[in-house]
Amino acid sequence: MAQLKKILAGTFAVMMTAAVFAGCGDSSSSKSDTSKSGDSAAAATSEGGEGGGDSVGDYKPAKAERITQTAEGSEDSKNTIKICTWNDEFKSRLRNFYPNYDAEKSGFKINAEGKEEVGETEYLKNGKKIVWVTTANENNAYQNKLDEDLKAQAGSDDKIDMFLIEADYALKYVNGPYVKPVKELGITDDDIKDQYKYTQEVVTDANGDLEGVTWQATPGLFAYRADIAKEVLGTDDPAEVQKSLANWDEFNKTAAKMKEKGYFMLSGYDDSYRTFSNNVSKAWVNANLEVTVDDNLMKWVDQTKEYSEKGYNNGTSLWDDQWKADQGTKGKVFGFFYSTWGINFTLVEQAEDHAGKKDGLYGQYRVCEGPQAYFWGGTWICAADGTDNEEDVKDIMKYMACDKDTLLKITKDTQDYTNNQPAMEELAKDFKSEFLGGQNHIALFVAAAPKIDCSKLGPYDQACNESFQKAFKDYFLGKVSKDEALKNFYTYVKEKHSELKVPS
Amino acid sequence: MAAPIDAVGAKSNSQQILVRRIVCYVVLTLFAILSLFPFVMLIINMTKPSGDIQKGFSLVPGGFLWKNFKTVINNSDWKMLNSLKNSLIISGLTAFLSTYFSALTAYAIHVYDFKLRKPMFTFILMIMMVPTQVSALGFVKLMRSFGLLDSFIPLIVPAIAAPATFFFMKQYMESSLPLDIVEAARIDGSGEFRTFNSLILPILKPAIAVQAIFTFVSSWNNYFIPALLLSDKNKRTLPIVIAIIRSADYAKFDMGAVYMAIGVSIIPVAIVYLILSKFIIRGIALGAVKG
Amino acid sequence: MRRKSISYAKWGYIFTAPFFIAFFVFNLIPLVSTMYNSFFENYLVLGTTQVGPNWVGLKNYSDLFAGADLGKFFLNTLILQMLGFIPQIFFSLLFASWFTDLRLKLKTGAYKIIFYMPNVIMAAAMGMLFFTLFSQSGPINSVYQSITGAESPYMFFDHVWTTRGIISLINFLMWYGNTTIMLMAAINGIDPSLYESAQIDGANPTQTFWKITIPLIRPILVYVLITSLIGGLQMFDVPQIVTNGGDALDRSSMTIVMYLNKHLYSKNYGMAGALSVLLFIVAGILSMLIFMLNRDSTATKKKKRKGGKK
Repeated sequence: MAQLKKILAGTFAVMMTAAVFAGCGDSSSSKSDTSKSGDSAAAATSEGGEGGGDSVGDYKPAKAERITQTAEGSEDSKNTIKICTWNDEFKSRLRNFYPNYDAEKSGFKINAEGKEEVGETEYLKNGKKIVWVTTANENNAYQNKLDEDLKAQAGSDDKIDMFLIEADYALKYVNGPYVKPVKELGITDDDIKDQYKYTQEVVTDANGDLEGVTWQATPGLFAYRADIAKEVLGTDDPAEVQKSLANWDEFNKTAAKMKEKGYFMLSGYDDSYRTFSNNVSKAWVNANLEVTVDDNLMKWVDQTKEYSEKGYNNGTSLWDDQWKADQGTKGKVFGFFYSTWGINFTLVEQAEDHAGKKDGLYGQYRVCEGPQAYFWGGTWICAADGTDNEEDVKDIMKYMACDKDTLLKITKDTQDYTNNQPAMEELAKDFKSEFLGGQNHIALFVAAAPKIDCSKLGPYDQACNESFQKAFKDYFLGKVSKDEALKNFYTYVKEKHSELKVPS
Repeated sequence: MAAPIDAVGAKSNSQQILVRRIVCYVVLTLFAILSLFPFVMLIINMTKPSGDIQKGFSLVPGGFLWKNFKTVINNSDWKMLNSLKNSLIISGLTAFLSTYFSALTAYAIHVYDFKLRKPMFTFILMIMMVPTQVSALGFVKLMRSFGLLDSFIPLIVPAIAAPATFFFMKQYMESSLPLDIVEAARIDGSGEFRTFNSLILPILKPAIAVQAIFTFVSSWNNYFIPALLLSDKNKRTLPIVIAIIRSADYAKFDMGAVYMAIGVSIIPVAIVYLILSKFIIRGIALGAVKG
Repeated sequence: MRRKSISYAKWGYIFTAPFFIAFFVFNLIPLVSTMYNSFFENYLVLGTTQVGPNWVGLKNYSDLFAGADLGKFFLNTLILQMLGFIPQIFFSLLFASWFTDLRLKLKTGAYKIIFYMPNVIMAAAMGMLFFTLFSQSGPINSVYQSITGAESPYMFFDHVWTTRGIISLINFLMWYGNTTIMLMAAINGIDPSLYESAQIDGANPTQTFWKITIPLIRPILVYVLITSLIGGLQMFDVPQIVTNGGDALDRSSMTIVMYLNKHLYSKNYGMAGALSVLLFIVAGILSMLIFMLNRDSTATKKKKRKGGKK
């Protein structure tokens, strides 16, 4: 609501689009919470910036007309649940936790190596087949393929029933013509009342309709090395360490201390990116389709440049070999911004000297909330318009994203943090992570998740975020000036989306 | 450059030759090591669990070879063996069509005197350099409109028109296919088509073997176009499956499986190469070219 | 030959028909539609809403020349190509002559096979392996650090020329075996009697190499040059993977096809079309140039041969 007020105060021009904001609901409380923990300065400057003339609201595209189905699904299609995805995550969740999945008939088992195996064809208990259309994400192939397939959906007799999306481009599909609102499937407000608000904001369309659901919530924390904390800060207690990281000023001071003792505060350039990009005061693209760079992102640029010059980071990029190595025994990096899955799956793997042996840095990491709330990752399930298996789609969504018992089981079995507030709160009462030296990190997730603000998400985020990080890496490396990096950023975005306007 | 480069012929004393042989072997062995190093890395990484691979490369192998192999082979989403079969069919037929029809075309332009001969030759030369990506979008659109998505036809049949292979054949014929042979065959009463198949093709064996390897490998490793055309999991080729394995799980990439998949996919090519390399040598030994 | 040519002409058309039919269906139609597209504004907004096609004349072309550093991408392509090609042709020629040298009697079987081996690894995998090899904590850096005693590793992928060098090294490794085999086949095709008579005339190995081998394998050398130029102009996957999409280091290793790929990625048919036409023209000019070069050389050679024979 704070967002809504701000925009309305700023301008009249966006009156017709402002109604779109209804989705942000809970975010006012979260805003004040975050400000308390340090970013009041950021909020103030951006507010000033907006008053100072930059008064065009965010780009919020109208919901596209849906397309009338011209062909009916064939008999085969009516007996096949066709799901488009790019990886194995949801497959695994469905196979393990969807009660109507026919594990026996599908030949599903966990083999001696701990890997999942299925037979030739997979089935639901009602006898329908499941067909996965998997397209690797490389070079945007997944979205390109999905776009083509969805475009052909209306006239096709082989209907897609569900497809999966990610937050960075969710709004492209949510406001696009090819998705069926979940309420049309028969999922009620009551079904989804326990989900985290931000997970709904991500997939709420311009009309305020929810277009997808997710089984997970992915709040982020700061994971740090207890041994380094003890050496440099004199304590490894998460509450005490948090004080040294509570806002960016403290964070920077701590970084300087790390440097003195021969450690890096962060591993690479992009490590802190999400904590900034999730806390912007305006979206990437405004109502005039102009690309604008939020002040908070320039803060990330300045901070990262400073860190690079002073040697507070190790000059890596996300997912590269050194970045991973920095998380292991040989690493000299204090900590990493990681969300739920990152801590439970990725960091564990890097921390151990030998996979699955619980050695190396296993038990040496702790987590605390860090300077700002953010989230990282997440996969949403959408129903494809024209699905000829509505009942099954609804059932899968209800079980996988709304059912408390299922979600609780997912978290207990896989450690993946799930999208059910009461269930997670219940779990947080008494939880110990062996990997985190017995710390109850679920409790921190429970505290962090409601603070996430997704109201500034837009359909162009993927292109903008990727281009911004790429363009400014050259600046951090000293290859280009700040202005050149900015110019490169605009060029990259324009190449990806030629309808956008960039300063020339 | 002058000293070591040498060709068949001149006499030198045996000691000099010995020294040169040693130098040659040392240099060749160095390059052999350089060439094999990627394989060594690949094979070592095939034996390791994903976590160890991500720690950085070391020459010590792990004990995960069999496990990685089973992971890759048993996964029914990936269908590795099936995609191996698909790749074999596509690349095999591509290599066959490409070499056969390029040879046929080159032969026609080399031997026959017809009106469009010159223009055809010039035309092929002109189109030879056009990168495939240039027409990729149009190609995929066209295949969609033909209803040939998820079909092998668009990946195989276009190989009939392979300008680069054609050019190689033409060059080869220029240097080693005298027209007298054709004349002689005609006098013996051999039909044109038979002359080509039974007399000319054997002469072209070395050239065909060389081009077959190149075509096979580039088709085998092609990701760009197949990825745009094939989505049925029973129709995928190896590079598509490898891309899927690489992006299978975003939280922890199973690098052991990725390296294993790459390993599994290069073994058949290596075998095909080994078979054909013998072919080349025999083809040459037959003394195909004598003016 | 001349008197019979009329009756055989039809075979020329029959034998070339499959090639040209396949070409027209699978290459020319897409190519023409690509060119046609280049005069239209035609793209997808957010993968769903189609804009155009609207006739815009040459606007895509002017945008192309105004918008980005086309010259830079062509130059990058040339640099990467030459960095790989020069050592490639040098070593291939060297090895091919060694392999075919009857006096050296080298056991070449294993080497030939090994040299070609890197070519069977897909470019994507080569990229991955070399990334690991040259990464901060990779083996090359441990060697570098133990030799120089440097405290911090050398960041190969943060510098323009080391990045280009690694790309070229991969290209070299993938293709030198290929070229060696090709040149070997050509040298083996040379009539041994030529060498024998050269020997009798008292030519030394260097002379026979330059006076006999090189002129006689010239057609294949031209072929190698052309295919390598094609490969260079089409260079895509190795730099794409090594530079993670090409934007790295102010696009200093972005080739022209990588740039085309950016427009394919965003489904901008108009811009992609315009760039394709441009690429087509450049390719055509290059081909013609080499064709001229080749025609001159074969023409003179033929004359010589004729004179020599009878």
